[in-house]
Amino acid sequence: MSKPFGHMGWRHSLWWLALIALGLIMVAPLIWTLMLSLKSNSELLRSTTNAFHLPYTLENYAAILKSSGVFRWLFNSVLVAGLTTIGVLTLSSLAGYGFARLEFPFRDVLFVVVLFGLAIPEQAVIITRHQMFAGLGLHNSYPGLILPGLAAPFGVFLMTQYFKAIPKELDEAAMLDNASRLKVFWKVLLPLTLPAQATLGIFTFLAAWNDYWWPLISATRPEMFTLTVGIASSQINFAQTSGLGYLMTQAVFASVPILIVYVFFQKYIVRAVAGQAVR
Amino acid sequence: MMSPKARREFGNFLFVAPYLCVFLWLLIWPLISGMGLSLFKADLFGGASFVGFENYSRLLQDPVFLQAVGNTFYFVALTVPALAIIPLFLALMLNRATRTAAFFRGVFFSSSVLSVTIVTLIWRMVLMSDGGFVANIIGFFGFDPIPFLSDPNLVMISMSIITVWWCLGLPMMLYLSALQQVPQDIYEAAALDNTPWWKQLTHITLPAISRTVVLVVIMQCVLQFQLFGQPQLITQGGPNGASRPIVLFIFEVGFRRWDIGYAAAASQILFAIILMVTLAQYFVASRREGRGR
Repeated sequence: MSKPFGHMGWRHSLWWLALIALGLIMVAPLIWTLMLSLKSNSELLRSTTNAFHLPYTLENYAAILKSSGVFRWLFNSVLVAGLTTIGVLTLSSLAGYGFARLEFPFRDVLFVVVLFGLAIPEQAVIITRHQMFAGLGLHNSYPGLILPGLAAPFGVFLMTQYFKAIPKELDEAAMLDNASRLKVFWKVLLPLTLPAQATLGIFTFLAAWNDYWWPLISATRPEMFTLTVGIASSQINFAQTSGLGYLMTQAVFASVPILIVYVFFQKYIVRAVAGQAVR
Repeated sequence: MMSPKARREFGNFLFVAPYLCVFLWLLIWPLISGMGLSLFKADLFGGASFVGFENYSRLLQDPVFLQAVGNTFYFVALTVPALAIIPLFLALMLNRATRTAAFFRGVFFSSSVLSVTIVTLIWRMVLMSDGGFVANIIGFFGFDPIPFLSDPNLVMISMSIITVWWCLGLPMMLYLSALQQVPQDIYEAAALDNTPWWKQLTHITLPAISRTVVLVVIMQCVLQFQLFGQPQLITQGGPNGASRPIVLFIFEVGFRRWDIGYAAAASQILFAIILMVTLAQYFVASRREGRGR
């Protein structure tokens, strides 16, 4: 248990006070957003202090349900983030197994090159990648939105480490039974990597869902926007917006799916960063 | 005909081949051709002429770019120490196996799962001087609103506050996992000696988790040098360029003015800065560790 802040009376109260104060600072912006989203736009136009008291209304939420744009963006986000996650898991597992277990020429050199890829920031490649995709006619398409996410080296690094940690006797025994490499990979090793798959999966999904840079420059037609870019496009026109309450309702609407994913997968997220330490 | 060994090795190589193709096609090739492109005066419509290092020398004399570099370093200097220290204190407070602690861990991490567009939407409504949350609160006590987003001296500080609120979850989790690895008997011995808690912190806890501190600082440096969405969405770099970071400069030059050779050169400079800062920290950290032994 925590030694720096022991369980002595006043110290314990101080701990509680500090936590509640910090927690309030943390959630105050979120609550403010929720309150604004529950007010009618005309009332907010007079003064936003109205948001602190009744009456509240659901008219902005009704308006969102009627506009089709937001649902299209939601669909795009689910599709792009989902397929990116599946793609990254597949490529990383295969490559991780290859780098960790199999012999082929230049294996270690290639692995170092992949590790170097971890240091390349998105901005160093984005201009030429944008040109390349323009040449191939991939902008404003789902492959155009998904492919760049598959190149991130982190998954390969993670899966290689994970495969290396599995005792070699396991697959050697299977190999003696004359099983093929693919079979050993699929039947023996892959099931053992499920915790790592969960970790990599949730982080890839979050990163793809929240990615802003690439969809911003690749998807220029509103029907190909992801939720992240779509919300940004209504925000850019902040001055002539249809209403503050409506804008904040969009923010709430866009955060709900990812917060649900977070609550549902919280265990894996915590385990991901913490090893098995924090439960 | 291939020998059996060669065939086997080729079969092995097929496991890594799919990823390597994507990696070379979408990461390495754009990187190399981007370095090439930075030596050309090029626009989107196919015109390109070789100019050597002229783009770079132009950048070093471009007041807009130099201001963006200054802004970025200022932002990193504001956010990275805050993101190394505040999460550490949160982790120290929450490093216990109670339900309350688990609940607050969830609260402090929750902002990290939101996208930059939602974060900026929320914080604009908190900070704007006309009817924002802070303005309403301090207005209640009779104070004038603070021009968080329109005062050139305040705007980067506001961006930093937003960023710290958004990003503190991950470092907190990393610290928590490091704190779990510290052997508990050291603390028990210290408690017997009646060592005060701040001495325990500086003499036991911090040395034990120093590797994590370095990791957090490097990660946050790399991340915060790439500041983009917060100013792009809230202030579009204003007022007077006071909140324009390097990445927003690249975005404007490359995708609004379509001067792509010039933008490529700027992105190579950003890459070099990030690489140098990372390597410098890595070497400082490993040297200190070597001396400690």
